[in-house]
Amino acid sequence: MAQSEFVYVTYIRTTPEKLWRALTEPEFTRQFWMGTTQDCAWTPGASWKLSFSDGRLADSGEVVEVEPPRKLVLKWQNHLFPDLTAEGYSRMTYELEPVGETVKLTVTHVMDKSESKFIKAVSGGWPIILSSLKSLLETGESIESTRRSPKGM
Amino acid sequence: MGSNVDKIFKALAAPERRLLLDRLHAGNGQTLGQLCEHMNMTRQAVTKHLKVLEDTTLVATVWRGREKLHYLNPMPIHEIAERWIGKYERGRLRVLAELKEKLEGETDGSI
Repeated sequence: MAQSEFVYVTYIRTTPEKLWRALTEPEFTRQFWMGTTQDCAWTPGASWKLSFSDGRLADSGEVVEVEPPRKLVLKWQNHLFPDLTAEGYSRMTYELEPVGETVKLTVTHVMDKSESKFIKAVSGGWPIILSSLKSLLETGESIESTRRSPKGM
Repeated sequence: MGSNVDKIFKALAAPERRLLLDRLHAGNGQTLGQLCEHMNMTRQAVTKHLKVLEDTTLVATVWRGREKLHYLNPMPIHEIAERWIGKYERGRLRVLAELKEKLEGETDGSI
C-alpha cells in the first residue's frame, strides 16, 4: 500500500468533553501546541487553519468529519516547508474513547504516498505535543518548551 | 502510572519484543501474518508477545476492515525519556547519537 502512516495512542486522566475543548480551543492549544491557535468553525467542510502567535500560517486544511467529543477528521497541508507543502494533503484523525477514569486518545496521521517527508516530520512533533497536552490536563501545567513556537520555525 | 512504567520496562526486557518493535519501526502498520514472516517464532509466540506490547500501549492496533494492523506507538517511550532527559540535554544527545550512528555505520539495519 503506497501510503505513510503513524498512529499515536495516549491515555489521559480527563473527560472526553475536556479533552475536546483542549484540542480545539485557543486558550488551551497555545499552551501545549507550540503557541499555536486554530481558526475553524468545526463543522463539516469548514476551513481549518493552524497559526503561530505572530500570525504565520503553519498548516491549513478542511474539516472532513466532526463528531464532538468523539471524532474529528481533518485534511491537513503544511505551509512552513516547501518540500512538505508539495506533498499535498494528509489526513489526520482524532478519536476519543472513555476507558475507566481516562480517555484513550488515538491520533492517526496518513499521507497517500510512501516514504512521506511530511509524516516523518510530524512523527517527531506529535509525541512532544501530546505529552504536553497530557501534562496540561492532568496537572494543570503543560511542558514549558511547548508553549511557544520552536526556534527557527 | 508507576505500575505502567514497570510494565513498559518488563515488556522491553524481552529481545523478541524489541525485535517486533524494530520490525514495526522499519514498516509501520503490519498484520500479524506480515510480522510472522522471517521471524524465527511460532505464530502463537508472536501473538503472545504482541499482546504484552499492546497492553503497555507500546503497540497500537487499528482495524482496517477484517485486518488488524499493528503500529509502533512512540508515546510510552517518549514519556519515559521526558522523565529523565531534560529539554536542554535533548539537542546535545541527538547530535551525539547521530555522530555515533555515522561513525559506526548502519549496524542495526533499522535506519
